[in-house]
Amino acid sequence: METRRRGRVALAAAATTAVALGLSACGGGSSASGGTQLTWWINPDGGGSDPEGGGQAQLAKECTDKSEGAYTIDFQLLPNSASDQRQQLLRRLASSDTGVDLMSIDPVFVAEFAEAGFLAKVPEDRTSDFTDGVVPPAVTNARWDDQLYAAPFWANTQLLWYRESVAEEAGLDMDKPVTWDQLIEAAEKMDTEIGVQASRYEGYMVWINALIEGTGEQIVQNPGASGEDLKFGLDTDGGRKAAAVIQKLADANVGGPALGSTNETTSLEMFQNERAHFMLNWPYVYAALKDAEVKWIDDLAWTRYPQTVEGKESRPPLGGIEMGVNAASDNKEAAWDAVECITSAESQKTYMLGTGNPAARTEVYDDPEIREAFPMAEQIRSSLADSGPRPLTQYYGDVSSGIQRVYSPPGSVDPETTPERAESLLHAVLKGDALL
Amino acid sequence: MSASTPTRERAKGGKTRLSDRSRSEQHLGWKLAMPAFVVMVLVTGYPILQAVWNSFFAYRLTDPENRRFVGLNNYLVSFTDQVFWSAMWMTILVTVITVIVELVLGFIIALVMHRIVIPRKTLRTLVLIPYSIITVVSGFTWLFAFQTGTGFVNQWIQWMPGIDANYNWFGGFWSSLFVISLSEIWKTTPFMSLLLLAGLAQVDSSMEEAAKVDGASWWQVLIKVILPSMKAAVMVALLFRTLDAFRIFDNIFIMTGGANDTSSLSMLIYRQTIDRTEIGLGSALSVILFLCVLIIAAVFVKAFKVDLAEGRG
Repeated sequence: METRRRGRVALAAAATTAVALGLSACGGGSSASGGTQLTWWINPDGGGSDPEGGGQAQLAKECTDKSEGAYTIDFQLLPNSASDQRQQLLRRLASSDTGVDLMSIDPVFVAEFAEAGFLAKVPEDRTSDFTDGVVPPAVTNARWDDQLYAAPFWANTQLLWYRESVAEEAGLDMDKPVTWDQLIEAAEKMDTEIGVQASRYEGYMVWINALIEGTGEQIVQNPGASGEDLKFGLDTDGGRKAAAVIQKLADANVGGPALGSTNETTSLEMFQNERAHFMLNWPYVYAALKDAEVKWIDDLAWTRYPQTVEGKESRPPLGGIEMGVNAASDNKEAAWDAVECITSAESQKTYMLGTGNPAARTEVYDDPEIREAFPMAEQIRSSLADSGPRPLTQYYGDVSSGIQRVYSPPGSVDPETTPERAESLLHAVLKGDALL
Repeated sequence: MSASTPTRERAKGGKTRLSDRSRSEQHLGWKLAMPAFVVMVLVTGYPILQAVWNSFFAYRLTDPENRRFVGLNNYLVSFTDQVFWSAMWMTILVTVITVIVELVLGFIIALVMHRIVIPRKTLRTLVLIPYSIITVVSGFTWLFAFQTGTGFVNQWIQWMPGIDANYNWFGGFWSSLFVISLSEIWKTTPFMSLLLLAGLAQVDSSMEEAAKVDGASWWQVLIKVILPSMKAAVMVALLFRTLDAFRIFDNIFIMTGGANDTSSLSMLIYRQTIDRTEIGLGSALSVILFLCVLIIAAVFVKAFKVDLAEGRG
């Protein structure tokens, strides 16, 4: 184990000559009060670094107080995007940086970190604490190789946001499930747009994955296989149907003038500025629209993610954050204690109210305060329960980047050729025969 | 220094032999230079050798135990992949476009600054402002300016009569290249102009005057007198900017992230090494970029030598 660790230190140094010198200022150890000093690497949220901002910084303080001196949680801020967060954590974990005790991880990277031996397994006696009463897809994302490697902290999902009056005028019955085809046709009829995420980034992968999951296919069909043995569900009937939806939306020109550059923010802007009357987006948009004091807030409505295939239940996208503990941490026991506090129903409620990020524990949605602040709470809970995780593979980064490349720009997507090209590229990349 | 200087003696066979004194001075020189030399080898040489060594292996940072020797396969994969050539094409295009435009603009600015006498220091400071701004910041500024929907460039265009467009500048290769090049040119033209200004200061004004007295036009003075006199300064400016432009990364990373075939070689290296943690492939690409830069430098240095030998530098 020591040799392996030493080897990794050398490799990390060689790989990132320019950046490997970014040493952590913090290390594990005892705090001034005598308790264990923990460092939690958090992703940016609405609370920022404010210990009263309702975000992870506040949870760090509250859990420190609750521990009554057993541990102190200090925090360090990760970059904004999920891929930048992954890179920063990866560099530190690969060099066995003990300055990382616990970390907020995007669910798609749990498999890669666990496979590389960077994450500590959740102790057997704590497993049920972290999984009981948690939406199952979030737990699925926390597992790798039949072991639990992380604890679900919050879980995100997308809803279809729309203007009630416009949907009604378009003749859509929103009490029943709508399909992507119906949505596109309604947007064409009403001369409006649909806010989606189709820029070449992770958000586009979220959309593509949800479309494919909605057909009953999975992008990766044999999770856990080695790179050369991975099988893909892109060049299938389902995969082609998913590509056809993207093609139809692009051809109908209802994704906005810059469909290939749209992300969550631009989608929200389109919706807020009444260019788009339909939008697929995460629940944070509700608070954003209220804060923006849009005049038509009473016309705002939401429903479940659209179906890719009529009659087949949609699989809404799944996001969120998992809590992991560094395998190289000197304070793993205290770190798991802290994770238990951070992922408790009470903390998740605080976090949801403070940042708008939905809880992973289902009981939180029964809370009256949550019900009042989030009128769509029930819709979020049911969407989370039926959500479709993104591919579970240690090569997630390659799979996502490869798909984004071939499916970009959305106007070039052709169901007859694009899925096949994507599969070929992924096979070549994973064999080491192609660049990405 | 000729062979007849007191410290050197001509040995049999025509070779120059150093005297005992000069040999001891030379030894002292080596001893004094050695610490700096060792540091240079460690800091510069070791990473280069390590990169070359890594380029013969296939492995990931997340799976170092599966490191295997693949010989030149990483180079073969690179040279046979369309992505590599697309990145090479983008790199060359950006380099050629930006260096040529910067040279012309930089020369015009240098000429103006050379002629203006009173506020020259202020003018130089003002001109240097873009160069002093961090590339990431200027990159984001240009990104926001050209952003579809919210960017002011599109708003300006829409104010023109009869135009109702909200152009997606980052939706295609050529328009992305245009904005990326514009940002590069805006940022580094001041650097180019200051280098050329230094060259202008070396031009012998009496030759200019003589040419004017002989009836040469302003254009003839520029082409026949000024430019040949500052050839060395032009070459230095071109060398620095070409090497710099060839390693373009920041603006592309910020504006397009490499979408629409706008990845440069540096972006490609970043993607393989940092994003994918494919150390072998990333190292092979780094070595290729290093060789390209070496070749460019060698060409310029050779051109320099010829110039100096002809006494025109």
